[in-house]
Amino acid sequence: MARRSGLMAVLFTLALGAQAQDKSVIEEIEKYRAALGDGNPAELWEARGEDLWKQPRGPKKASFEKCDIGLGPGVVKGAYTVLPKYFADTDKVEDLESRLVTCMVTLQGFTPAEAKKTVFGGPGVRSDLEALVAYVTGSSRGIKMNVAATHPKEIEAYEIGKRIFYHRGGPHDFACSTCHGDDNLRIRLQDLPNLSKLADAQKAYTSWPAYRVSQGEVRTFQWRLYDCFRQQRFPELEYTSPASIALTMFLAKNANGGVYNAPSIKR
Amino acid sequence: MKKIIGSVVVLGLIAAGCASTYVSEEQREAQALAMMKTSFKENGQAKLDRLDQDDMQKMCSRYHGDTKMPKEVGEKLEKDQQAQIKYPADGTYLGDWKSGERIAQSGVGKQFSDNPANPNGANCYACHQLTKAELAYGTIGPSLYNFAKLRGYTPEMQKYAYGKVYNSQAFSACSSMPRFGHSGILTEAQIKDVVALLMDPQSPVNK
Repeated sequence: MARRSGLMAVLFTLALGAQAQDKSVIEEIEKYRAALGDGNPAELWEARGEDLWKQPRGPKKASFEKCDIGLGPGVVKGAYTVLPKYFADTDKVEDLESRLVTCMVTLQGFTPAEAKKTVFGGPGVRSDLEALVAYVTGSSRGIKMNVAATHPKEIEAYEIGKRIFYHRGGPHDFACSTCHGDDNLRIRLQDLPNLSKLADAQKAYTSWPAYRVSQGEVRTFQWRLYDCFRQQRFPELEYTSPASIALTMFLAKNANGGVYNAPSIKR
Repeated sequence: MKKIIGSVVVLGLIAAGCASTYVSEEQREAQALAMMKTSFKENGQAKLDRLDQDDMQKMCSRYHGDTKMPKEVGEKLEKDQQAQIKYPADGTYLGDWKSGERIAQSGVGKQFSDNPANPNGANCYACHQLTKAELAYGTIGPSLYNFAKLRGYTPEMQKYAYGKVYNSQAFSACSSMPRFGHSGILTEAQIKDVVALLMDPQSPVNK
């Protein structure tokens, strides 16, 4: 709560200075982010995720320690930086979240419906998937993004993801690129990364998932896309759907070379 | 001779490879739409047909970044959109600027999380500077501060502002701005209120 009031105070100060002092505003936001980063509650999600990873769970009483999320069974460190990728066992391109669901079904014996019962946490409801994602992604901190996109299905996902990024639709004619296709744009006071440009794409992608102060939850990349499309006035993006993975492939590959540094903290 | 046969075989393989893997832009767009149709589900007012594109949306999706839209394609889009603008039957364009300010501030409307029974907003401030008082404005669109003070308070300018809010694409193909009248986001009365915010001499936009 103290943190939220602090944030409001900062935002208010920012609003006062916005017009003439854009540069100092950005510096203040950076300082604020750095200060928050010292005590990121995402650590709690990471710790719970590590427990979930190691616990035998589900009808088959299996842990995730035989789950291959990209670098071989049980390898967590660095795995997020090669995702999404093609997996021969499912014959599909998968992102981290779809891969976790796959392991919950094939290794642990959950039904797909059980595995996806609570994909996003909310007041009084915890999501195991958000915790697992926090643990796995946190294990890639400091490692460079290195998505291959060389398998024909990976190339196809990338190419389709790119078309989805530029797909204008809905009553407002918005595409992802409407807000994320040019330099130095802002919605209200919120800076928008230009995801078609290397430096911005790297900085944005490597900062997700994030603990959202305003929501009190760790939000995953699937959530980020789901909520962007909601604001875009599109229908509801289904969790781990092919389009969500294709778009993630486009954005992740464009961030190659960027040093991964999340879960982060965002307002 | 052996070398030549070898080259022919290699060329043949390259040709076969291209024939089997080349995917045209139209095919990629069709693949993307088909994939989206299986990846989204309708929720409340947001039905799956929102993923379908009219000519403007399709062309503006295709041409972006380094792929510049041919001039004649853009001009045709603008002309098509202009023909679809419905100007007010009573010939007046100005409503109440105070109501216009509320519409400019409100970002509510058309999301699957919104109640369609409530009036929609236009969220003008998300992208434009409009008044001196509101500092939390975006920069996706140009500043509209002093809109009429700079351009004149003429009936022609009022009509232009109405048309622009009604259908931005009619004046600037592939503009980022929603077509507020064309797409049924704002009512005629609401558009007049927004035009008043831009055009009324008493509006803070022109102070």
